[in-house]
Amino acid sequence: MRFLLNRLGQTLLTLFVMSLLVFIGVWLVGDPVDMLLSSNATPAERAGVIRAFGLDQSVWRQYLHFISQALQGDLGVSWVYNVPALKLIMQSMPATLELAFVAFLIALLLGIPLGVLAGIKPEGWVAKSIMGFSLLGFSLPSFWVGMMLIMLFSVKLGWLPASGRGPTQDILGIPVSFLSWDGIRHLILPALNLALFKIAIVIRLTRVGTMECLQQDYVRFARAKGLTSGRILFVHVLKNTLIPLITVLGLELGSIIAFAVVTETIYAWPGMGKLIIAAIGMLDRPVILAYLLMTVLMFTLINMLVDVLYVLVDPRVRHGGRK
Amino acid sequence: MTPVSSPSSSYSPWRSAIRHILRRPGALAGIVILLVMTMLALLAPVIAPQNPYDLSQLDILDGRLLPGSQSATGFTFWLGSDDQGRDMFSAILYGTRTSLWIGFISSFLALVIGTSLGIFSAWQGGRIDAVIMRIVDIQLSFPPILIALILLTLFGQGAEKIVLALVITQWAYYTRAVRGNALVEMERNYVAAAKTLALSQPRIMFHHVLPNCLPSLTVVATLRIAYAIMLEATLSFLGIGLPVTQPSLGLLIANGFDYLLSGDYWISLYPGMVLLLLIIAINLLGDALRDITNPQREAR
Amino acid sequence: MSIIEPVLDVRHLSIELKTDGAWKTIVQPLSFAIRPGETLALVGESGSGKSVTAYGIMQLLPALHSRIRGSIAFQGRDLLTLGTKQMQDIRGNRIGMIFQEPMSSLNPVLTIGTQITEVLKRHRGMDNRAARQEAIRLLERVRISSAASRLDAYPLHFSGGMRQRVVIAIALACQPDLLIADEPTTALDVTVQAEILTLIQTLQREENMAALFITHDMGVVAEVADKVLVMNQGQGLEMSDTRSLFQHPRHPYTRKLIEAVPRLGDMRGISAPMAFNTTQPQPDTVQPGKPVLQVNDLCQRFPVRSGWMRRITKEVHAVDRVSFDLQPGETLGLVGESGCGKSTLAKTIMRLLEASDGKVVLEQQDLLGANPLQLAAMRRRIQLIFQDPWESLNPRMRIGDALAEPMLAHGLVTADQADQAVADLLQSVGLAAEMASRFPHQFSGGQRQRVCIARALALKPSVIIADESVSALDVSVRAEIINLLMDIQRSQGIGLLFISHDMAVVERISHRVAVMYQGKIVEIGSRQAVLETPAHPYTQHLLSAVPIPDPDYQRPALKPFPKPQLTEWPINQRLPPLRYLEVAKGHKVLVDGAGEE
Repeated sequence: MRFLLNRLGQTLLTLFVMSLLVFIGVWLVGDPVDMLLSSNATPAERAGVIRAFGLDQSVWRQYLHFISQALQGDLGVSWVYNVPALKLIMQSMPATLELAFVAFLIALLLGIPLGVLAGIKPEGWVAKSIMGFSLLGFSLPSFWVGMMLIMLFSVKLGWLPASGRGPTQDILGIPVSFLSWDGIRHLILPALNLALFKIAIVIRLTRVGTMECLQQDYVRFARAKGLTSGRILFVHVLKNTLIPLITVLGLELGSIIAFAVVTETIYAWPGMGKLIIAAIGMLDRPVILAYLLMTVLMFTLINMLVDVLYVLVDPRVRHGGRK
Repeated sequence: MTPVSSPSSSYSPWRSAIRHILRRPGALAGIVILLVMTMLALLAPVIAPQNPYDLSQLDILDGRLLPGSQSATGFTFWLGSDDQGRDMFSAILYGTRTSLWIGFISSFLALVIGTSLGIFSAWQGGRIDAVIMRIVDIQLSFPPILIALILLTLFGQGAEKIVLALVITQWAYYTRAVRGNALVEMERNYVAAAKTLALSQPRIMFHHVLPNCLPSLTVVATLRIAYAIMLEATLSFLGIGLPVTQPSLGLLIANGFDYLLSGDYWISLYPGMVLLLLIIAINLLGDALRDITNPQREAR
Repeated sequence: MSIIEPVLDVRHLSIELKTDGAWKTIVQPLSFAIRPGETLALVGESGSGKSVTAYGIMQLLPALHSRIRGSIAFQGRDLLTLGTKQMQDIRGNRIGMIFQEPMSSLNPVLTIGTQITEVLKRHRGMDNRAARQEAIRLLERVRISSAASRLDAYPLHFSGGMRQRVVIAIALACQPDLLIADEPTTALDVTVQAEILTLIQTLQREENMAALFITHDMGVVAEVADKVLVMNQGQGLEMSDTRSLFQHPRHPYTRKLIEAVPRLGDMRGISAPMAFNTTQPQPDTVQPGKPVLQVNDLCQRFPVRSGWMRRITKEVHAVDRVSFDLQPGETLGLVGESGCGKSTLAKTIMRLLEASDGKVVLEQQDLLGANPLQLAAMRRRIQLIFQDPWESLNPRMRIGDALAEPMLAHGLVTADQADQAVADLLQSVGLAAEMASRFPHQFSGGQRQRVCIARALALKPSVIIADESVSALDVSVRAEIINLLMDIQRSQGIGLLFISHDMAVVERISHRVAVMYQGKIVEIGSRQAVLETPAHPYTQHLLSAVPIPDPDYQRPALKPFPKPQLTEWPINQRLPPLRYLEVAKGHKVLVDGAGEE
């Protein structure tokens, strides 16, 4: 319990610091006033705009104002679309999250078994081909893969759509697209694209973990007990391999969400990534701020969850400290 | 028990490492490819038949020509031309050059900064160490691409700014790796022995601890260089990377993206393949290095 | 003697292993047999191939990197002809095996109960409830108290000795006919070792189980083995029953081995230290007068953090009010088991750790209070040799550079003189001057330790602390290093603080002995007084546990000694000075017992 509070406190601190950094950073970006007004606006109009957007106040006051609004759920209104920034973000979040989770799932379901396989007999040709595949997945820039996938499956073969998201249905008020076949068709390419890099990483990590595990004394002892290889693998080795993986995988989930930016651009997937790129281009400060803050929030939450999960799962950490 | 007389008394850790590398075909291939590409890139101004960024040399009528075709002036576009009439072969040479130097410089700077901080942090311990590692943790929990996005929005476009952004995203990896490694080494008895011999602390850190961190540092560095090159390519692809006048392979690929669907594949494909080759080569090397440094614990 | 079928009949067993791409013969054709109820000890130094032989029998060697030839007949069946499934049925069932490291033999993320019951379910087809019942019974048999509640605990809750008991319970769960024990007690304290050996022997008798005992400790051999097979470099050199081996060793290597093993009690009646392979005690090197090292009420306290907030709640007194003097040319042997604080004491004296309290006076100068400048100068006068010679040398530095570095840093030699100085140093420890250009891993363990000694001598110290410096070495090498240390003491008049857990070695080299327990010195006096007439109950307990390499020696029942918990005190608790009773001249014993304050 103490631990949870401790962690929560750290999280809040991180959030605070990040929000400050983000705010100051974006504030330095440039004078948005010039973007909003035409070049021959009168000084009076200019002053009017400045006041309306609160830009005449000092940085700190703007920040405080921002924070107080934020805590009430108001992250400002988009300067371009004239819609609350938070609303824009929340609208596009489900799409990104859906993509990210599916990609994450694919990475785990494919990566872990392949990694374990590669770790059991590292010298065999199976392991070598898996590692070769992993090397490729690791080295191919995701945008290039995206392009190639589109070329192959959309242009040449025509099997899968090249862009966009499929039709959505609502679960608990959140629109998801994987429930329909058409939705899945639209999901496959971008999810695969996003997952590829992660699959490679998961394979490598699992492989190393498995190999190290197999060297351990307790595995030798388990064999000396006459246990079947199956049991040794699934009961003794797997748990030990996966536990250290948890922390890394948590980070990877966050990374997938961020990397979705590229995939969304290529596949015109209506998620947060597309939103932020456009916002950056148009210097829509509230949207940029809102996006960064939401992302920071998500990451810190994920990190915290991962830490807690790790403590629950590893008996050494859970019981350690007591004699 | 190792016998007293070793076959080669001219042994050194470097020679042993090189020997191990030469035994692996993958690593060998990686090194060769890298060397070739680096040479080509260095000699680009000399070899390239055309300077693709000298606007006076371009003729838009030469645009989008198939690989192998000739221009009106009898100039052969071996790898085709892009929409502006640039020779893809030359563009790729220059692009590789840019990609390479940005990747290497940013990684080198990140390495120097990161390593120094890492050693310093391990050396100081206590509060300073805790603060530095907290910063590292925060930095590392955010994906590099996000950080780069934010930074480039702040800095604007330009090669130096990309290098800066890359350095800022990369330094933390080095710091964490080196600090972790340094802490482990500092627990070892030879460091304690050095202390009992009253050697000065800076000497211990830089002369004893740091060289023993080099193996894992090389592994991290190779992987990070590959990642830096890939990140730069991705950023250029998204349009917030290099300006059009100084493209890297990533930008070339981005330029060709639009023409992909209409079938003019060569504008994107060839730069893509070159980028791929580059990254794969570096990763092959990194893989081999990691394998070598792991079972490097000499037989007792 | 009737002809009984041997349980294990090994004929012409040879094993090759592939390392770094090349096949090496690790075990050359070896033959031996073990009958039911019999114990065969496989003895050898490191690299002799004894462990590989055991793994070969169990077929635990990596399949792709090993080649085994010959025949291993277990109860009539040749194990080498069996398939994987059949071998799995035998392992853990008819043949049990236990390894050296109890700390790592148990899977840290599975409960003890799981790890025991899985064997029972696998080989004896029990269901969960029956298996748990049986597991409890097994734990009780190996003397683990409150076994029922321990089933769901994790290995981290058990100490090393207890873990080894669990491992034994698992190995014997299916009442195998053969137990293979690979150095089962090497990693344990001598008192724990005594208990474990007794346990194994008891269980063996109850089940009429044969045992293959692998060890390098001749004392353990003398205690447990009926027959002995001596191995060296993969060859079986000599095999005979235990008594004959000790009394009439035939092979020169066996003879060398037995002579190099110190026997506790050999030095009875001799007051001075004595080198190995001689019968002449050392000439007197102790210089009377001012002591070269004085330690007064030295304390080292470590904080204990508990709870998730990791706050400091208590302190552990790792070194508790330790006092002693050391004369120039004298060797003080410091003995104690693991965790008693002897290494912490060494580090505190060397100021690798800052002491919490007390004084250390080196050559009449205050060491603990010295400022950095004085400290640098004083460091030259006291040096430390560690246990693990591999770890103590920078693997990336040529040893010549490693030796020259301190001399150059302190200005003892100029750059031109360095080479010659290094050559002289190497020769003084029995190494050739050309070795200066080599890297540490090109040397054997014993040679590396010589390099460490050379490095310690480079600054011409007046005190050397040897912290378990020979414990990691093979027996024969150990003897050489001990002799080297005694030579150096003779020629340079160095005061030596020799820290070890090996009583027999301490007996050979020390003028005086101090016994340490839970951070305190419980007994100190001349070596003869402490080892021949121990006065403190802990010392008696310790001495009664030491195995003697003499087959006729019956180790007495272990003198019991209560083991209280590690003392944890509130922060900054100052305790009154310890009281010692002088039972004879120079022989002091701690009063109040240990840990009862």
